[in-house]
Amino acid sequence: MQIRNAVYFFREACKSIARNHLLSIATVSTITICILILGMSVLITLNTSTFLDSLESDVEIMAYLDQDLDNAGVKDVQEKLESLAGIETITFVSREQALKDMQETLGKKDYDLESTLGKNPLPDSFEIKATDSHDVPDLAVKIEKIYGIYKVNYGKGIVEQLFSTARWVRVVSLVFIFLLALGAIFLIATTIRLAIFARRKEIYLMKLIGSTDWFIRWPFFIEGIGLGSLGSLLSIIILAAAYGSLLSRVDTILFMPLVSGTNVLINLYLSLFAAGAVLGIIGTGISINRFLDV
Amino acid sequence: MLVQFYNVSKIYANGVKALDDISIKIDGGEFVFLMGPSGAGKSTMIKMLYREEIPSRGQIFVASRSLVRMKKKEIPALRRNIGVVFQDFKLLENKTVYENVSFAMEVVGANHREIKSRVIEVIKMVGLHGKEKSLPGELSGGEQQRVGIARALTNRPLLLIADEPTGNLDMNTAQEIMELLFDINRKGTTVIMATHAWELVKAARKRVITLESGKIDSDINPGEFTLCK
Ligand SMILES: Nc1ncnc2c1ncn2[C@@H]1O[C@H](COP(=O)(O)OP(=O)(O)O)[C@@H](O)[C@H]1O
Ligand SMILES: [Mg+2]
Repeated sequence: MQIRNAVYFFREACKSIARNHLLSIATVSTITICILILGMSVLITLNTSTFLDSLESDVEIMAYLDQDLDNAGVKDVQEKLESLAGIETITFVSREQALKDMQETLGKKDYDLESTLGKNPLPDSFEIKATDSHDVPDLAVKIEKIYGIYKVNYGKGIVEQLFSTARWVRVVSLVFIFLLALGAIFLIATTIRLAIFARRKEIYLMKLIGSTDWFIRWPFFIEGIGLGSLGSLLSIIILAAAYGSLLSRVDTILFMPLVSGTNVLINLYLSLFAAGAVLGIIGTGISINRFLDV
Repeated sequence: MLVQFYNVSKIYANGVKALDDISIKIDGGEFVFLMGPSGAGKSTMIKMLYREEIPSRGQIFVASRSLVRMKKKEIPALRRNIGVVFQDFKLLENKTVYENVSFAMEVVGANHREIKSRVIEVIKMVGLHGKEKSLPGELSGGEQQRVGIARALTNRPLLLIADEPTGNLDMNTAQEIMELLFDINRKGTTVIMATHAWELVKAARKRVITLESGKIDSDINPGEFTLCK
Protein backbone atom coordinates (compact mmCIF):
# COMPACT_ATOMS: atom_id res chain seq x y z
CA MET A 1 0.00 0.00 0.00
CA GLN A 2 1.53 3.30 -1.05
CA ILE A 3 1.33 6.33 1.21
CA ARG A 4 -0.74 8.45 -1.15
CA ASN A 5 -3.14 5.56 -1.63
CA ALA A 6 -3.38 5.09 2.13
CA VAL A 7 -4.33 8.75 2.47
CA TYR A 8 -7.02 8.25 -0.15
CA PHE A 9 -8.32 5.08 1.55
CA PHE A 10 -8.55 6.75 4.95
CA ARG A 11 -10.25 9.80 3.49
CA GLU A 12 -12.81 7.62 1.69
CA ALA A 13 -13.42 5.56 4.84
CA CYS A 14 -13.97 8.70 6.93
CA LYS A 15 -16.27 10.17 4.29
CA SER A 16 -18.31 7.00 4.25
CA ILE A 17 -18.58 6.93 8.04
CA ALA A 18 -19.59 10.60 8.04
CA ARG A 19 -22.06 10.13 5.18
CA ASN A 20 -23.85 7.33 7.04
CA HIS A 21 -23.25 8.93 10.41
CA LEU A 22 -26.50 7.74 11.98
CA LEU A 23 -25.84 4.14 11.01
CA SER A 24 -22.19 4.53 12.03
CA ILE A 25 -23.20 5.78 15.47
CA ALA A 26 -25.70 2.94 15.82
CA THR A 27 -23.08 0.40 14.79
CA VAL A 28 -20.39 1.78 17.09
CA SER A 29 -22.72 1.87 20.07
CA THR A 30 -23.96 -1.65 19.44
CA ILE A 31 -20.40 -2.89 19.10
CA THR A 32 -19.58 -1.02 22.31
CA ILE A 33 -22.40 -2.81 24.09
CA CYS A 34 -21.45 -6.16 22.55
CA ILE A 35 -17.78 -5.86 23.50
CA LEU A 36 -18.76 -4.51 26.91
CA ILE A 37 -20.85 -7.59 27.62
CA LEU A 38 -18.11 -9.70 26.06
CA GLY A 39 -15.57 -8.07 28.37
CA MET A 40 -17.84 -8.49 31.39
CA SER A 41 -18.42 -12.16 30.70
CA VAL A 42 -14.69 -12.64 30.18
CA LEU A 43 -14.04 -10.89 33.50
CA ILE A 44 -16.65 -13.02 35.24
CA THR A 45 -15.29 -16.18 33.63
CA LEU A 46 -11.77 -15.14 34.51
CA ASN A 47 -12.70 -14.49 38.13
CA THR A 48 -14.78 -17.62 38.60
CA SER A 49 -12.29 -19.85 36.86
CA THR A 50 -9.38 -18.45 38.86
CA PHE A 51 -11.45 -19.05 41.96
CA LEU A 52 -12.47 -22.53 40.82
CA ASP A 53 -8.88 -23.35 39.89
CA SER A 54 -7.78 -22.44 43.38
CA LEU A 55 -10.57 -24.53 44.86
CA GLU A 56 -9.84 -27.40 42.54
CA SER A 57 -6.17 -27.44 43.40
CA ASP A 58 -7.12 -27.69 47.08
CA VAL A 59 -8.90 -30.97 46.54
CA GLU A 60 -7.12 -33.66 48.56
CA ILE A 61 -7.65 -37.29 49.19
CA MET A 62 -7.54 -38.47 52.77
CA ALA A 63 -6.73 -42.16 53.03
CA TYR A 64 -7.34 -43.53 56.52
CA LEU A 65 -5.42 -46.62 57.56
CA ASP A 66 -6.64 -49.65 59.45
CA GLN A 67 -6.25 -49.07 63.18
CA ASP A 68 -4.27 -52.30 63.70
CA LEU A 69 -1.69 -51.73 60.97
CA ASP A 70 1.91 -51.86 62.20
CA ASN A 71 4.80 -49.70 61.02
CA ALA A 72 5.81 -52.17 58.32
CA GLY A 73 2.21 -52.21 57.07
CA VAL A 74 2.18 -48.42 56.90
CA LYS A 75 5.38 -48.52 54.92
CA ASP A 76 3.84 -51.05 52.53
CA VAL A 77 0.87 -48.79 51.94
CA GLN A 78 3.11 -45.79 51.32
CA GLU A 79 5.14 -47.75 48.74
CA LYS A 80 1.97 -48.81 46.97
CA LEU A 81 0.73 -45.22 46.95
CA GLU A 82 4.01 -43.99 45.55
CA SER A 83 3.76 -46.49 42.72
CA LEU A 84 0.43 -45.01 41.57
CA ALA A 85 0.53 -42.64 38.62
CA GLY A 86 -0.87 -39.12 38.83
CA ILE A 87 0.04 -38.35 42.42
CA GLU A 88 1.87 -35.17 43.27
CA THR A 89 2.50 -35.38 47.01
CA ILE A 90 1.90 -37.89 49.79
CA THR A 91 2.05 -36.73 53.36
CA PHE A 92 1.82 -39.10 56.29
CA VAL A 93 -0.32 -37.79 59.13
CA SER A 94 0.07 -39.80 62.32
CA ARG A 95 -2.91 -40.25 64.60
CA GLU A 96 -1.23 -38.06 67.20
CA GLN A 97 -0.73 -35.28 64.66
CA ALA A 98 -4.34 -35.67 63.52
CA LEU A 99 -5.58 -35.20 67.05
CA LYS A 100 -3.43 -32.13 67.51
CA ASP A 101 -4.75 -30.69 64.26
CA MET A 102 -8.29 -31.34 65.34
CA GLN A 103 -7.70 -29.73 68.67
CA GLU A 104 -6.28 -26.71 66.93
CA THR A 105 -9.19 -26.53 64.55
CA LEU A 106 -11.53 -26.61 67.50
CA GLY A 107 -9.45 -23.77 68.89
CA LYS A 108 -9.35 -25.00 72.44
CA LYS A 109 -5.67 -25.43 73.20
CA ASP A 110 -6.04 -25.84 76.90
CA TYR A 111 -8.83 -28.34 76.55
CA ASP A 112 -7.41 -31.86 76.58
CA LEU A 113 -9.36 -33.73 73.93
CA GLU A 114 -7.56 -37.00 74.51
CA SER A 115 -8.36 -37.19 78.17
CA THR A 116 -11.95 -36.32 77.48
CA LEU A 117 -12.27 -39.04 74.89
CA GLY A 118 -10.34 -41.50 77.00
CA LYS A 119 -8.20 -42.58 74.08
CA ASN A 120 -7.26 -41.18 70.65
CA PRO A 121 -10.04 -42.33 68.30
CA LEU A 122 -8.34 -41.11 65.13
CA PRO A 123 -6.54 -43.43 62.68
CA ASP A 124 -3.22 -42.79 60.95
CA SER A 125 -3.75 -41.34 57.49
CA PHE A 126 -2.13 -40.19 54.25
CA GLU A 127 -2.89 -36.81 52.73
CA ILE A 128 -2.64 -37.26 48.98
CA LYS A 129 -2.58 -34.52 46.33
CA ALA A 130 -3.22 -35.45 42.73
CA THR A 131 -1.22 -33.87 39.91
CA ASP A 132 -4.49 -33.10 38.16
CA SER A 133 -7.39 -32.60 40.50
CA HIS A 134 -9.78 -33.97 37.87
CA ASP A 135 -8.24 -37.43 38.46
CA VAL A 136 -9.21 -37.38 42.13
CA PRO A 137 -12.37 -39.53 41.88
CA ASP A 138 -10.57 -42.24 39.85
CA LEU A 139 -7.52 -42.16 42.09
CA ALA A 140 -9.72 -42.49 45.16
CA VAL A 141 -11.20 -45.72 43.80
CA LYS A 142 -7.72 -47.17 43.20
CA ILE A 143 -6.45 -46.10 46.61
CA GLU A 144 -9.41 -47.60 48.38
CA LYS A 145 -8.41 -51.02 46.98
CA ILE A 146 -4.95 -50.96 48.56
CA TYR A 147 -4.65 -53.46 51.43
CA GLY A 148 -4.40 -51.69 54.75
CA ILE A 149 -6.54 -48.74 53.79
CA TYR A 150 -9.73 -48.61 55.71
CA LYS A 151 -11.44 -45.62 54.19
CA VAL A 152 -10.90 -42.92 51.57
CA ASN A 153 -12.40 -39.47 51.77
CA TYR A 154 -12.19 -36.69 49.24
CA GLY A 155 -15.41 -34.77 49.57
CA LYS A 156 -17.17 -37.04 47.15
CA GLY A 157 -20.12 -35.30 45.48
CA ILE A 158 -18.86 -31.84 46.30
CA VAL A 159 -15.84 -32.30 44.07
CA GLU A 160 -17.92 -33.59 41.18
CA GLN A 161 -20.34 -30.73 41.62
CA LEU A 162 -17.51 -28.23 41.71
CA PHE A 163 -16.16 -29.55 38.45
CA SER A 164 -19.51 -29.61 36.70
CA THR A 165 -20.30 -26.09 37.94
CA ALA A 166 -16.97 -24.88 36.62
CA ARG A 167 -17.63 -26.57 33.30
CA TRP A 168 -21.08 -25.01 33.07
CA VAL A 169 -19.86 -21.54 33.85
CA ARG A 170 -17.31 -21.90 31.05
CA VAL A 171 -19.70 -23.38 28.51
CA VAL A 172 -22.41 -20.81 29.18
CA SER A 173 -20.02 -17.88 28.92
CA LEU A 174 -18.50 -19.27 25.74
CA VAL A 175 -21.92 -19.66 24.15
CA PHE A 176 -22.88 -16.18 25.27
CA ILE A 177 -19.67 -14.66 23.94
CA PHE A 178 -20.08 -16.54 20.67
CA LEU A 179 -23.62 -15.24 20.18
CA LEU A 180 -22.57 -11.68 20.96
CA ALA A 181 -19.69 -11.88 18.52
CA LEU A 182 -22.10 -13.13 15.84
CA GLY A 183 -24.36 -10.17 16.57
CA ALA A 184 -21.49 -7.70 16.25
CA ILE A 185 -20.29 -9.29 13.00
CA PHE A 186 -23.80 -9.15 11.58
CA LEU A 187 -24.07 -5.45 12.42
CA ILE A 188 -20.76 -4.55 10.86
CA ALA A 189 -21.58 -6.63 7.79
CA THR A 190 -24.87 -4.77 7.46
CA THR A 191 -23.23 -1.37 7.84
CA ILE A 192 -20.62 -2.20 5.24
CA ARG A 193 -23.20 -3.72 2.94
CA LEU A 194 -25.18 -0.48 3.11
CA ALA A 195 -22.02 1.61 2.62
CA ILE A 196 -21.17 -0.47 -0.45
CA PHE A 197 -24.75 -0.28 -1.71
CA ALA A 198 -24.70 3.51 -1.36
CA ARG A 199 -21.60 3.58 -3.53
CA ARG A 200 -22.44 0.82 -6.02
CA LYS A 201 -22.44 3.24 -8.95
CA GLU A 202 -19.06 4.56 -7.89
CA ILE A 203 -17.72 1.03 -7.53
CA TYR A 204 -18.99 0.09 -11.00
CA LEU A 205 -17.24 3.14 -12.42
CA MET A 206 -14.05 2.36 -10.54
CA LYS A 207 -14.08 -1.14 -11.99
CA LEU A 208 -14.58 0.18 -15.54
CA ILE A 209 -11.86 2.80 -15.13
CA GLY A 210 -9.45 0.09 -14.07
CA SER A 211 -9.22 0.10 -10.27
CA THR A 212 -7.91 -3.09 -8.79
CA ASP A 213 -10.25 -4.97 -6.47
CA TRP A 214 -8.05 -4.25 -3.47
CA PHE A 215 -8.02 -0.57 -4.23
CA ILE A 216 -11.81 -0.69 -4.01
CA ARG A 217 -11.87 -2.91 -0.93
CA TRP A 218 -9.41 -1.06 1.27
CA PRO A 219 -11.63 1.90 2.25
CA PHE A 220 -14.39 -0.50 3.31
CA PHE A 221 -12.02 -2.62 5.37
CA ILE A 222 -10.69 0.54 7.01
CA GLU A 223 -14.27 1.60 7.70
CA GLY A 224 -15.17 -1.80 9.20
CA ILE A 225 -12.01 -2.03 11.26
CA GLY A 226 -12.48 1.60 12.34
CA LEU A 227 -16.04 1.00 13.52
CA GLY A 228 -15.04 -2.23 15.28
CA SER A 229 -12.03 -0.66 17.01
CA LEU A 230 -13.88 2.49 17.97
CA GLY A 231 -16.67 0.41 19.52
CA SER A 232 -14.21 -1.79 21.40
CA LEU A 233 -12.19 1.23 22.54
CA LEU A 234 -15.29 2.83 24.07
CA SER A 235 -16.23 -0.42 25.80
CA ILE A 236 -12.69 -0.85 27.16
CA ILE A 237 -12.80 2.66 28.61
CA ILE A 238 -16.13 1.93 30.29
CA LEU A 239 -15.01 -1.50 31.47
CA ALA A 240 -11.66 -0.29 32.80
CA ALA A 241 -13.32 2.57 34.67
CA ALA A 242 -16.01 0.34 36.16
CA TYR A 243 -13.75 -2.57 37.12
CA GLY A 244 -11.08 -0.19 38.39
CA SER A 245 -13.50 1.53 40.72
CA LEU A 246 -14.84 -1.85 41.86
CA LEU A 247 -11.28 -2.97 42.68
CA SER A 248 -10.59 0.23 44.57
CA ARG A 249 -13.54 -0.43 46.87
CA VAL A 250 -13.52 -4.19 47.46
CA ASP A 251 -11.17 -7.00 46.69
CA THR A 252 -13.57 -9.89 47.11
CA ILE A 253 -17.15 -10.56 46.13
CA LEU A 254 -18.96 -13.35 48.02
CA PHE A 255 -15.60 -14.60 49.38
CA MET A 256 -14.31 -14.75 45.81
CA PRO A 257 -11.05 -12.83 45.43
CA LEU A 258 -11.10 -10.46 42.43
CA VAL A 259 -8.51 -10.78 39.68
CA SER A 260 -6.48 -7.60 39.86
CA GLY A 261 -3.12 -8.32 38.18
CA THR A 262 -2.24 -5.38 35.91
CA ASN A 263 -0.79 -7.69 33.28
CA VAL A 264 -3.88 -9.84 33.20
CA LEU A 265 -6.12 -6.79 32.81
CA ILE A 266 -3.95 -5.11 30.17
CA ASN A 267 -3.92 -8.35 28.18
CA LEU A 268 -7.68 -8.54 28.50
CA TYR A 269 -8.14 -4.96 27.25
CA LEU A 270 -5.73 -5.45 24.37
CA SER A 271 -7.52 -8.66 23.40
CA LEU A 272 -10.89 -6.91 23.50
CA PHE A 273 -9.49 -4.18 21.25
CA ALA A 274 -8.13 -6.76 18.85
CA ALA A 275 -11.48 -8.56 19.03
CA GLY A 276 -13.23 -5.37 17.89
CA ALA A 277 -10.85 -5.03 14.96
CA VAL A 278 -11.21 -8.71 14.04
CA LEU A 279 -15.00 -8.43 14.18
CA GLY A 280 -14.64 -5.45 11.82
CA ILE A 281 -12.53 -7.47 9.41
CA ILE A 282 -14.88 -10.46 9.43
CA GLY A 283 -17.99 -8.28 9.09
CA THR A 284 -16.47 -6.37 6.18
CA GLY A 285 -15.20 -9.58 4.59
CA ILE A 286 -18.74 -10.96 4.52
CA SER A 287 -20.10 -8.01 2.54
CA ILE A 288 -17.07 -6.85 0.58
CA ASN A 289 -17.47 -8.77 -2.64
CA ARG A 290 -20.91 -7.40 -3.44
CA PHE A 291 -20.96 -5.36 -6.63
CA LEU A 292 -17.31 -6.11 -7.25
CA ASP A 293 -17.99 -8.63 -9.99
CA VAL A 294 -17.97 -6.44 -13.11
CA MET B 1 -4.37 -3.38 -35.50
CA LEU B 2 -5.98 -2.18 -32.27
CA VAL B 3 -9.18 -4.22 -32.15
CA GLN B 4 -9.94 -7.59 -33.72
CA PHE B 5 -13.12 -9.69 -33.50
CA TYR B 6 -12.80 -13.23 -34.89
CA ASN B 7 -16.09 -15.11 -35.40
CA VAL B 8 -17.52 -13.74 -32.19
CA SER B 9 -20.92 -14.99 -31.03
CA LYS B 10 -22.66 -14.13 -27.81
CA ILE B 11 -25.53 -16.07 -26.32
CA TYR B 12 -26.76 -14.66 -23.00
CA ALA B 13 -27.69 -16.92 -20.10
CA ASN B 14 -31.37 -16.50 -20.98
CA GLY B 15 -30.75 -17.97 -24.44
CA VAL B 16 -30.88 -14.67 -26.40
CA LYS B 17 -28.38 -14.68 -29.22
CA ALA B 18 -27.10 -11.10 -29.20
CA LEU B 19 -24.17 -11.53 -31.63
CA ASP B 20 -23.80 -14.04 -34.41
CA ASP B 21 -20.39 -14.72 -35.94
CA ILE B 22 -18.96 -11.19 -35.96
CA SER B 23 -15.52 -10.55 -37.49
CA ILE B 24 -14.08 -7.03 -37.71
CA LYS B 25 -10.74 -5.27 -37.54
CA ILE B 26 -10.19 -1.70 -36.38
CA ASP B 27 -6.88 0.11 -36.76
CA GLY B 28 -5.33 2.51 -34.30
CA GLY B 29 -6.44 6.08 -35.05
CA GLU B 30 -9.73 5.14 -36.73
CA PHE B 31 -13.15 6.61 -35.95
CA VAL B 32 -15.78 3.89 -36.29
CA PHE B 33 -19.56 4.02 -35.94
CA LEU B 34 -21.41 0.92 -34.83
CA MET B 35 -24.86 1.50 -36.23
CA GLY B 36 -28.03 -0.48 -35.89
CA PRO B 37 -31.51 -0.46 -34.47
CA SER B 38 -32.20 -1.06 -30.81
CA GLY B 39 -31.51 -4.68 -29.91
CA ALA B 40 -29.06 -5.21 -32.78
CA GLY B 41 -26.20 -6.03 -30.38
CA LYS B 42 -24.24 -2.74 -30.30
CA SER B 43 -24.00 -2.52 -26.52
CA THR B 44 -23.00 -6.17 -26.33
CA MET B 45 -20.05 -5.49 -28.65
CA ILE B 46 -19.09 -2.38 -26.69
CA LYS B 47 -19.20 -4.24 -23.36
CA MET B 48 -16.98 -6.95 -24.77
CA LEU B 49 -14.30 -4.39 -25.57
CA TYR B 50 -13.77 -3.55 -21.92
CA ARG B 51 -14.53 -7.10 -20.90
CA GLU B 52 -17.75 -6.62 -19.02
CA GLU B 53 -19.03 -9.47 -21.22
CA ILE B 54 -17.03 -12.27 -22.80
CA PRO B 55 -17.86 -14.04 -26.10
CA SER B 56 -19.60 -17.40 -26.04
CA ARG B 57 -17.55 -18.30 -29.11
CA GLY B 58 -14.72 -16.67 -31.02
CA GLN B 59 -11.81 -14.45 -30.05
CA ILE B 60 -11.38 -10.75 -29.33
CA PHE B 61 -8.01 -9.00 -29.30
CA VAL B 62 -7.38 -5.49 -28.04
CA ALA B 63 -3.82 -4.25 -28.59
CA SER B 64 -2.88 -7.86 -29.44
CA ARG B 65 -4.11 -9.23 -26.13
CA SER B 66 -6.80 -11.89 -26.07
CA LEU B 67 -9.72 -10.77 -23.92
CA VAL B 68 -11.02 -14.34 -23.80
CA ARG B 69 -7.87 -15.79 -22.31
CA MET B 70 -7.23 -12.74 -20.12
CA LYS B 71 -7.03 -13.48 -16.39
CA LYS B 72 -9.19 -11.57 -13.94
CA LYS B 73 -6.28 -9.72 -12.42
CA GLU B 74 -5.18 -8.47 -15.84
CA ILE B 75 -8.48 -6.70 -16.47
CA PRO B 76 -7.62 -3.42 -14.63
CA ALA B 77 -4.57 -2.90 -16.87
CA LEU B 78 -6.75 -3.37 -19.99
CA ARG B 79 -9.38 -0.95 -18.75
CA ARG B 80 -6.84 1.75 -17.98
CA ASN B 81 -6.23 1.90 -21.73
CA ILE B 82 -9.91 2.24 -22.57
CA GLY B 83 -12.13 5.23 -21.84
CA VAL B 84 -15.88 4.57 -21.71
CA VAL B 85 -18.64 7.14 -22.35
CA PHE B 86 -22.25 6.28 -21.53
CA GLN B 87 -25.64 7.37 -22.82
CA ASP B 88 -26.76 8.28 -19.29
CA PHE B 89 -23.39 9.96 -18.45
CA LYS B 90 -23.00 8.01 -15.17
CA LEU B 91 -21.71 11.01 -13.27
CA LEU B 92 -21.49 11.00 -9.47
CA GLU B 93 -24.19 13.48 -8.47
CA ASN B 94 -22.61 14.55 -5.18
CA LYS B 95 -19.22 15.31 -6.73
CA THR B 96 -18.28 18.46 -8.59
CA VAL B 97 -17.18 18.50 -12.23
CA TYR B 98 -13.57 18.60 -11.06
CA GLU B 99 -14.08 15.68 -8.65
CA ASN B 100 -15.92 13.59 -11.23
CA VAL B 101 -12.93 13.87 -13.52
CA SER B 102 -10.18 13.56 -10.87
CA PHE B 103 -11.99 10.48 -9.57
CA ALA B 104 -10.84 8.55 -12.63
CA MET B 105 -7.21 9.27 -11.80
CA GLU B 106 -7.50 8.81 -8.05
CA VAL B 107 -8.94 5.33 -8.37
CA VAL B 108 -6.00 4.13 -10.42
CA GLY B 109 -3.62 5.55 -7.81
CA ALA B 110 -2.22 8.59 -9.65
CA ASN B 111 -0.42 11.20 -7.57
CA HIS B 112 -1.78 14.60 -6.59
CA ARG B 113 0.30 16.83 -8.83
CA GLU B 114 -0.33 14.70 -11.89
CA ILE B 115 -4.04 14.70 -11.15
CA LYS B 116 -4.34 18.45 -10.74
CA SER B 117 -2.60 19.45 -13.95
CA ARG B 118 -4.21 16.72 -16.05
CA VAL B 119 -7.75 17.32 -14.78
CA ILE B 120 -7.58 21.04 -15.52
CA GLU B 121 -6.20 20.20 -18.96
CA VAL B 122 -9.00 17.79 -19.95
CA ILE B 123 -11.71 20.03 -18.52
CA LYS B 124 -10.41 22.77 -20.82
CA MET B 125 -10.20 20.32 -23.70
CA VAL B 126 -13.93 19.47 -23.47
CA GLY B 127 -14.83 23.15 -23.14
CA LEU B 128 -15.94 23.23 -19.51
CA HIS B 129 -13.36 25.70 -18.25
CA GLY B 130 -14.91 27.70 -15.40
CA LYS B 131 -17.44 25.00 -14.46
CA GLU B 132 -15.05 22.96 -12.30
CA LYS B 133 -16.98 23.62 -9.10
CA SER B 134 -20.45 22.95 -10.55
CA LEU B 135 -22.40 19.84 -9.61
CA PRO B 136 -23.77 17.65 -12.44
CA GLY B 137 -27.30 18.70 -11.51
CA GLU B 138 -26.45 22.30 -12.35
CA LEU B 139 -25.31 21.45 -15.90
CA SER B 140 -27.17 20.93 -19.16
CA GLY B 141 -27.24 17.45 -20.73
CA GLY B 142 -24.56 18.39 -23.24
CA GLU B 143 -22.30 19.74 -20.51
CA GLN B 144 -22.83 16.60 -18.43
CA GLN B 145 -21.77 14.47 -21.38
CA ARG B 146 -18.66 16.63 -21.74
CA VAL B 147 -17.81 15.77 -18.14
CA GLY B 148 -18.31 12.10 -19.02
CA ILE B 149 -15.94 12.47 -21.96
CA ALA B 150 -13.38 14.35 -19.88
CA ARG B 151 -13.47 11.55 -17.31
CA ALA B 152 -12.95 8.95 -20.04
CA LEU B 153 -9.97 10.92 -21.40
CA THR B 154 -8.03 11.71 -18.19
CA ASN B 155 -5.98 8.53 -18.19
CA ARG B 156 -4.98 9.03 -21.89
CA PRO B 157 -6.68 5.92 -23.26
CA LEU B 158 -5.68 4.32 -26.57
CA LEU B 159 -9.32 3.65 -27.25
CA LEU B 160 -12.41 5.71 -26.46
CA ILE B 161 -15.68 3.84 -26.69
CA ALA B 162 -19.02 5.57 -26.49
CA ASP B 163 -22.36 3.79 -26.27
CA GLU B 164 -25.05 6.10 -27.67
CA PRO B 165 -23.36 9.16 -26.16
CA THR B 166 -25.87 11.48 -27.82
CA GLY B 167 -28.92 9.35 -27.11
CA ASN B 168 -30.19 11.69 -24.38
CA LEU B 169 -29.35 14.94 -26.20
CA ASP B 170 -31.14 17.14 -28.75
CA MET B 171 -29.82 17.35 -32.30
CA ASN B 172 -27.76 20.54 -31.91
CA THR B 173 -26.13 19.39 -28.69
CA ALA B 174 -25.50 16.00 -30.26
CA GLN B 175 -23.66 17.70 -33.13
CA GLU B 176 -21.48 19.58 -30.64
CA ILE B 177 -20.61 16.34 -28.85
CA MET B 178 -19.78 14.76 -32.22
CA GLU B 179 -17.42 17.62 -32.98
CA LEU B 180 -15.71 17.03 -29.64
CA LEU B 181 -15.30 13.33 -30.40
CA PHE B 182 -13.91 14.05 -33.88
CA ASP B 183 -11.50 16.48 -32.28
CA ILE B 184 -10.34 13.84 -29.82
CA ASN B 185 -9.92 11.39 -32.71
CA ARG B 186 -7.88 13.91 -34.68
CA LYS B 187 -5.49 14.12 -31.73
CA GLY B 188 -4.81 10.41 -32.10
CA THR B 189 -7.30 8.50 -29.92
CA THR B 190 -9.18 5.66 -31.61
CA VAL B 191 -12.93 6.14 -31.18
CA ILE B 192 -15.69 3.55 -31.45
CA MET B 193 -19.19 4.93 -31.11
CA ALA B 194 -22.45 3.01 -31.04
CA THR B 195 -25.54 4.87 -32.23
CA HIS B 196 -28.81 4.45 -34.05
CA ALA B 197 -28.93 8.10 -35.22
CA TRP B 198 -28.40 7.93 -39.00
CA GLU B 199 -28.38 11.74 -39.29
CA LEU B 200 -25.21 11.98 -37.22
CA VAL B 201 -23.54 9.11 -39.06
CA LYS B 202 -24.43 10.43 -42.48
CA ALA B 203 -22.93 13.86 -41.79
CA ALA B 204 -19.74 12.44 -40.33
CA ARG B 205 -18.21 10.64 -43.30
CA LYS B 206 -16.45 8.04 -41.19
CA ARG B 207 -16.32 4.28 -41.26
CA VAL B 208 -19.71 2.73 -40.41
CA ILE B 209 -20.32 -0.86 -39.36
CA THR B 210 -24.04 -1.68 -39.47
CA LEU B 211 -25.44 -4.38 -37.24
CA GLU B 212 -28.74 -6.10 -37.73
CA SER B 213 -29.98 -8.79 -35.33
CA GLY B 214 -26.47 -9.59 -34.16
CA LYS B 215 -24.97 -9.88 -37.65
CA ILE B 216 -22.84 -7.43 -39.63
CA ASP B 217 -25.00 -5.95 -42.35
CA SER B 218 -22.36 -3.73 -43.94
CA ASP B 219 -18.95 -2.22 -43.24
CA ILE B 220 -18.58 0.99 -45.21
CA ASN B 221 -15.60 3.32 -45.38
CA PRO B 222 -15.83 7.08 -45.94
CA GLY B 223 -15.97 7.86 -49.62
CA GLU B 224 -18.18 4.88 -50.40
CA PHE B 225 -21.04 6.78 -48.78
CA THR B 226 -22.78 8.35 -51.64
CA LEU B 227 -23.45 4.88 -53.02
CA CYS B 228 -25.82 3.75 -50.30
CA LYS B 229 -29.10 4.68 -48.61
N1 LIG C 1 -27.51 -9.03 -19.91
C1 LIG C 1 -28.33 -9.51 -20.84
N2 LIG C 1 -28.98 -10.67 -20.62
C2 LIG C 1 -29.80 -11.17 -21.56
N3 LIG C 1 -30.04 -10.61 -22.73
C3 LIG C 1 -29.43 -9.45 -23.02
C4 LIG C 1 -28.55 -8.84 -22.08
N4 LIG C 1 -28.08 -7.70 -22.63
C5 LIG C 1 -28.66 -7.59 -23.85
N5 LIG C 1 -29.47 -8.65 -24.09
C6 LIG C 1 -30.22 -8.91 -25.31
O1 LIG C 1 -29.29 -8.99 -26.38
C7 LIG C 1 -29.78 -8.33 -27.52
C8 LIG C 1 -28.82 -7.25 -27.95
O2 LIG C 1 -28.84 -6.24 -26.97
P1 LIG C 1 -27.88 -4.97 -26.97
O3 LIG C 1 -26.49 -5.44 -27.21
O4 LIG C 1 -28.15 -4.18 -25.77
O5 LIG C 1 -28.40 -4.20 -28.27
P2 LIG C 1 -28.33 -2.66 -28.62
O6 LIG C 1 -27.34 -1.99 -27.75
O7 LIG C 1 -27.95 -2.66 -30.07
O8 LIG C 1 -29.71 -2.10 -28.43
C9 LIG C 1 -31.16 -7.81 -27.17
O9 LIG C 1 -32.12 -8.75 -27.62
C10 LIG C 1 -31.15 -7.76 -25.67
O10 LIG C 1 -32.43 -7.97 -25.16
MG1 LIG D 1 -27.52 -0.36 -26.45
